[in-house]
Amino acid sequence: MSEAPLLRVKDLKKHFLARKGMFGEKTAVKAVDGVSFDVMPQESFAVVGESGCGKTTLGKLVLALESATSGSVIFDGQDVAAMNGAALKKMRREMQVIFQDPYSSLNPRMTVEDIITEPWVIHGMHKDSAERAKTLAKLLDDCGIAKSYLPRHPHEFSGGQRQRVGIARALSLDPKLVVADEPVSALDVSIQAQILNLLKDLQKERKLAYLFISHDFSVVRHLCTRISVMYLGRVVETADSETLFNDPQHPYTEALLSAVPVPDPAIEQRRKRIILTGDVPSPLKPPSGCRFHPRCRYMRDTCPVNDQILIAAKPGHEAACEVLPFKDERSEAALVAL
Amino acid sequence: MSEPVLSVRGLRTHFITRERTVKAVDGISYDLHPGKTLAVVGESGSGKSVHALSILRLLPEPPAKVVGGEILFNGRDLLKLNQEDMRAIRGNRIAMIFQEPMTSLNPVLKVGEQIAEAIVLHQGVTQEQAWAKSVDLLKKVGIPHPEERVNDYPHQFSGGMRQRAMIAIALSCEPDVLIADEPTTALDVTIQAQILELMKDLQREYHMAIILITHNIGVVAEMADDVVVMYAGRPVEHASVGELFKNPKHPYTKGLLGSVPSIYVKKERLEAIAGQPPDLSGGFTGCPFAPRCPSVLERCKTDDPPQFHLAGERMSNCWLIEGESKESSHRHASTGGAK
Repeated sequence: MSEAPLLRVKDLKKHFLARKGMFGEKTAVKAVDGVSFDVMPQESFAVVGESGCGKTTLGKLVLALESATSGSVIFDGQDVAAMNGAALKKMRREMQVIFQDPYSSLNPRMTVEDIITEPWVIHGMHKDSAERAKTLAKLLDDCGIAKSYLPRHPHEFSGGQRQRVGIARALSLDPKLVVADEPVSALDVSIQAQILNLLKDLQKERKLAYLFISHDFSVVRHLCTRISVMYLGRVVETADSETLFNDPQHPYTEALLSAVPVPDPAIEQRRKRIILTGDVPSPLKPPSGCRFHPRCRYMRDTCPVNDQILIAAKPGHEAACEVLPFKDERSEAALVAL
Repeated sequence: MSEPVLSVRGLRTHFITRERTVKAVDGISYDLHPGKTLAVVGESGSGKSVHALSILRLLPEPPAKVVGGEILFNGRDLLKLNQEDMRAIRGNRIAMIFQEPMTSLNPVLKVGEQIAEAIVLHQGVTQEQAWAKSVDLLKKVGIPHPEERVNDYPHQFSGGMRQRAMIAIALSCEPDVLIADEPTTALDVTIQAQILELMKDLQREYHMAIILITHNIGVVAEMADDVVVMYAGRPVEHASVGELFKNPKHPYTKGLLGSVPSIYVKKERLEAIAGQPPDLSGGFTGCPFAPRCPSVLERCKTDDPPQFHLAGERMSNCWLIEGESKESSHRHASTGGAK
């Protein structure tokens, strides 16, 4: 890909100040701590991590819903942080969001039609009623929403149908980038599959780029072509999806993949898991050096000392680990697990 | 095979209000054997949790009412026990762990007190002995420094540790049956892997039977020996885990398996099931899955399919397998339900 990235996130940081107890000292929670990646036009890019890794904060920073502590978000060649007023409003047309919970992200007092068309009012689009009707019909059709839903309210619908409304609203402005924060994790599997298929179709049809934020590797593998894995506010590995699943270079990615249950008992019976010990450390007091070292099976003396940065292990494949990318000493157990 | 420790026969639990009756569970039967894991799989509203709460008689009556069936625990029908006898079984012989460990633990009692409570209640030992056993149990479920952490309150535990504490409470009386209702749904995958591993180890050690209630097909593949798939309050398929994944019989099971993305296999498209799950009030004419079924027959819309039995304990209630089956039964029947 030689074209310019649609979204460029560079050394992005967001630190929240938190007080320990009522009179305690203020400490910085480094929710996002130096994250960089590019999203190309029409690409579906995923950020994967467990709770508390900073993936949702990252999404908010990209959307300029939070202001960054440092670093930059460049969208379509322009710095999002430097924008305000009209420029920001215009930029937001190009960049929309789908939320996790379709129960709390739709205004219960608005009809489906108002919800979907409100962005047009805000941006003064489709004022011609014939054109408006045509665009709306196409949008409903694309998103699998029946026309009879329009005068009804969100509470009349199930989770999957509401999520379709949320998607239609996000797409009403014809954005270039859609940030989707766990858009299917509140849904049942059979409905989840419908929505995933829909997101895939819409991407092709409307030439969208996705920044897909998720904890679920299986979902990400299905939808996304490139993936960053986050741990405690940092990206530990970035690769295209096939490479990441077949040849992870960071011990955390390796363990995370092996922990995902596979819907096939034949595979489950022969594979061995890498069970990580302990919990994710508190982001208030992240471990020194490599943040993963207390749970890492390949830990060396230098890991608690040396801060890890992303290194290109192979072309297009970066990992923040000094042990794995260079000295391939993965044990038999680990290979079986994969 | 050994005698089943728990036999559910034609269990039906309805929620009855003035306006309507919701048939949350409408006829489920199975045998649970010692040391085995039976997974009950379904989507929200399929009745899987209500069925579990019915076994322990934890549902508020009214509006809930068990309108039919038997729950035989070591030969005794739990539905016929009085409250006192039921209390002697609940938490003692049959224990349960829930999805959200924070809301199931008491926030103002120390973790140790909550484990000791069940031990004192069911085993008639002194507070000191129960406390010592609490420490042992926390150690057993893998809490580091148990002699200190036993004095912690639930909020001082992480999500994974809380679920471990819940498991310690459930195991305190070495139950014959453990009912686990979505035990790892609220947890991250790496913590989920820890908890599932722990449950398997403890099952081996105590020879417990586990009823695992889940919507996660991956967890089923990892944990279960046998599977009951539920849809709209009824079991649509019952099979060993290997058979179910290799050769699913019911179109809903096929749809469910096709809906799940896997990290192993890259599918271009998921085979989603069209439509929405049905409303359970008002009852059905014919098969409740008919409106969403890709292989629907004319008779599916009018005739409620019986349970068709195949070799072993395999069952599916779908007209499509009528020809393969030599025997059928009604799902409400209390006898001969699971052959």
